[in-house]
Formats: sequence, C-alpha cells, structure tokens
Amino acid sequence: MKQSWGVRLWRWTIISIVGAYLLVPLYAMFDFSTKPFGFADKGRTFRAWSIIPSQPDLIAAVTRSLITAAIVMALILFLIVPTAIWVHLKLPALRRPFELLCLLPLAIPAIVIVVGIAPLYRWISIHLTESPISLAGVYSMLILPYTYRSLSAALDAVDIHTLAEAARTLGANTSRVIFGIIMPTIKTGIVNGSFIAIALVLGEYTISNILNYKTFQVVIAQIGRTNGNVAVAVSLASILFVLFLLLLIPTKKRRSEVLDVDLV
Amino acid sequence: MTQAQYKGTGSATGRTGSRYWRSKTAYLGVIPFLLVSGLFLLYPTWNVASGAFQNNNGKFSTSVLKEVFNSPVARHAFANSLEISAKTALAGAILGALFAWALVNGKQGGYFYRISVALSSVLAQFGGVMLTFAFLATFGFNGLIANIAVKYAPNTFLADASWLYGKFGISVLYTFFQIPLMVLVFLPTLENLKPQWREASDALGGKAYEYWLRIGIPILTPSFAGAALLLFVNSFSAYATAATLINLSDFLTPLQIATALTSETGGANPAEAKALSFYMVVVVVIAMTFYAMLRRRVSKWEQRR
Repeated sequence: MKQSWGVRLWRWTIISIVGAYLLVPLYAMFDFSTKPFGFADKGRTFRAWSIIPSQPDLIAAVTRSLITAAIVMALILFLIVPTAIWVHLKLPALRRPFELLCLLPLAIPAIVIVVGIAPLYRWISIHLTESPISLAGVYSMLILPYTYRSLSAALDAVDIHTLAEAARTLGANTSRVIFGIIMPTIKTGIVNGSFIAIALVLGEYTISNILNYKTFQVVIAQIGRTNGNVAVAVSLASILFVLFLLLLIPTKKRRSEVLDVDLV
Repeated sequence: MTQAQYKGTGSATGRTGSRYWRSKTAYLGVIPFLLVSGLFLLYPTWNVASGAFQNNNGKFSTSVLKEVFNSPVARHAFANSLEISAKTALAGAILGALFAWALVNGKQGGYFYRISVALSSVLAQFGGVMLTFAFLATFGFNGLIANIAVKYAPNTFLADASWLYGKFGISVLYTFFQIPLMVLVFLPTLENLKPQWREASDALGGKAYEYWLRIGIPILTPSFAGAALLLFVNSFSAYATAATLINLSDFLTPLQIATALTSETGGANPAEAKALSFYMVVVVVIAMTFYAMLRRRVSKWEQRR
C-alpha cells in the first residue's frame, strides 16, 4: 500500500516525539550507570555493571522474588486455571459471580489492599514465616483480573464442553480432563498469564515496601540511596531482561494455534 | 466422587439437555479457590469497607469519614491526586493513541511493530523505583538532559532539577507509563477499524480530514474515552513512583494513606487510612462503571477478527 506524503510525515513526527520521550530516559539510565567513579572525569566505566553480582542483598532479593514468582505461577496453574475451567464446565450459575470476584482487584488499588491486608500479614509474620515469599498469596490475587482475561478469551475460543465430553467418553477421569485435555488447548492463555506474574512480582513495590518486606524493588531502592550507579544499572538490566523474555514469545504462532483448536 | 457425579446426570433428575455431569458436589470444587481468595482478597476488602465506618476503637461511627472529608490536608492531597490523574490520563491517551495510529500505519508484524509492542508492555508496568531512577538520570541534578541544559540553556527550567519534585514533574513521570499502556489498550481498536469505511469515504470523494472528522473520530470516541478512564484509574492508584520521588504525605492520597498506616512516630491511624482508602475506592468504582458502560457500546462493532 502506498502512503501519501502527509501520512508519512505525520507518522514519523509522532514516532520520533513519542519515541524520544520513551527512549531518552532509558538511554540516560545507561549513561548514568557508566559514569566514571571518583576523580576520573573522563571516559566510560562499566564498574557499576561489573559489581552487580557481588551485591549479596541484591542476589538474595532476586532469588526470593523469582521463587515468589514461581509460587504465583503454581497458584495460577493448579488453583486459578482449574477453578476457571471447573466453573465454565460445571457451574454455569457461578460464572458471573466468579467473573466479578476475579475483576474485583481492578476496583481496589494496591495501596488500599495493603491497608486491608496489613493485619493478616502481621499475623503471618508472627506465627508462620517472616519470608517475603508469603507475599505470593496477595500477588496471585493482584494479577487475577489479567489471568482471568487471558483465560476467558482462550476458554471462549475453544468448545471445552465437547472436548470434555469426548474425553469422558473415552474414559478420562476429571483431573485428566482438566490438566491433560483442556489446559494444553488453552496453554497460550496460561503462558501469557504466567508471564504477567513474573513481571508483576519483579516490579511490585507498594505492598512489600509498606509491609516491610525486602523484595527486589525494595532492595533496589535501598541500594539507590547509597550507590546510585549500581541501582540504575540493575534497573536497566531488569528492564532489558523482561523485554528479552517478551520478544522470545512468538505472536503469530499463538494466534493460529487457538484457531486450529477452534476449527476442531 | 466421580461415580456420584455420573449418577447426578441421569435423566431422572429431569435435567435433560444439560451438557455434561452436573451435581451439587461440583460446588465443592471451588472451595480451595474460595479459601485463598477469601483470605487474600475478600478479607482485606471487607476490612477496609467495614473499617471505614468504625473509629479506632472498633465502634461503629461515621466520625472518621466525616473528619477526613472535612480535613484540609486530605482535601488538598485528594485534589492533587485527581488533577494529576486526569491530566496524565488525557496526555497519555492522546500521545498513546497517536503512537498506536503510527504503528497501525506501518508494516504490521514487522520488527518495528513487534519491538514497539513488547517495549510498551514492559514500560506500561515500569512504575516506581526504576521509573524514578530513569527520570533522575535524565532530568535530575547531574542528569543527562539537565547537564546539557546547564551548558546550553541555563535560564530554562530544565537547568534546575527541582521542577521534577512538583506536580508538573510527577505528571511527566506518570505520562511515561501512561503512553505505553494506551498503546496496548488502543492498538486492537485501531486494528479493527474496517478499511471498507475508509474506502467508502474515499470513493464518495471524501478527503482524509473529512474521513477522520466525520467517521474516524466519532467511531473511536467511546473506546478512546474508555481507555482514558483506564489510564485515569492507573495513575490514581499509583503509589510507588511518587513514594520514591517525593515522600511528602500531604502531596497525594496514596502517600497520605501509607503515612497514616505506617507512621512510626506514634501517629499511626489505621481508621484514617481506611477512610481515605474508602474514598479512593469510591472514585475508582465510579470510573470503572463508566468504563464498563463505554465498553458495552464499543463491543457492538469492535469484534475479534
């Protein structure tokens, strides 16, 4: 399709203005993180980047946050997804209430959830564990709207009733129907949901900061107070890491997979 | 258990045409989920909702709600929150919609398109500590742009980094994550605009601006407004960015809530935190209701391809 001069001019003006807005701060992070230390006032140094691995607090926090993300993903896989399928299959009367419950976190900002949940986590830290990993519980609720959306789109695209009936006729038991038959057909929805889980857990600050848990972001903020270059380097590294993960997921293939199932 | 479920579907129950085994025991299947969501979602919601109507001794009263409503500090913070959210939602919606338009007019599925979409989904989540660092590295003291400004334009506001710590500064930061969110929300809408409409307009002799004025903009307005409401809620709820940039409790409502909740100097006031939270939820619920109404109008033409 040939584009007129006007369209092209407009297009590139918009792309360069908005692009500059979004990319200049990212470049500034790189610039800042490679600024020379001490008396040297010239050149570039990657010292801040090279001492990232020797920050014990940081490594511990990343590990904890990744474990938390894994638990959140497990909760999605073994609790939220099966429940969503179960409600779709067997309890049509509960579909509406279930949807409302899943969308509830959209109406409640994280800062409000903290206010309500503070007593619960005070109890947990006294009686059960002080580890930030316990935040997985509230995180799995925070991403509920996103999980639900990608799931319900996937579940609507596939006739799971017929699939389930066929599987039952061939002798599959209930758990086989859910985990072996239906979940593989909607795996793109599940992968998308799990991906959001990683992004959310690595980026969450509000709840962990107010409840005094040392998660990834809280530790970055702490490092930022004493060693700005390193904190900026870590932030940029984590953005690039998440971007890389996102680019790994092919977009075209996913769409056709859902359609294939639809045709069956 | 599965045996019992099979029996339940027999024609004797009279539920012919039911697709597949259904029974009362099926309700047991949602219990684990109900336990978890009850603990981590419904309990905090109830705690805030009921706590807003109690004083600090647990007695029913609306005194705290009234007190907060009439407090000049709370009003100032709330007004700031509303103003910043409205402005950044509008700015983000306009810039994001333009960028989405630029993407749709390019080669879809090309590298530029894919990288832009991936970058948008990363940056839309990019609030808080890292965003603050990015802007301090850009406009803060000794930042990239600030240094350039000091050299070449020492009389502009850019040369003095203190503007970052005010209403304008925080709006610039918020708009940074609003634009990518708008791109993500608005891209599907633009992709589903039917090319036939443009062709029909062209065939009847319409100019480009006439197409946008008479067809494009009117048909996009409801989804644009809905997306803007989503952005409004997004920045209204934001806490982390403001908390890491300027931690002044009377600046924005989320900051005030955090202070009321955690103050270690004896000023902790959970009842006040709950009352403030209640007002925040009221605003969000109103915005989301309008959003749902707009989406319903939109869904008539905007369907998945």
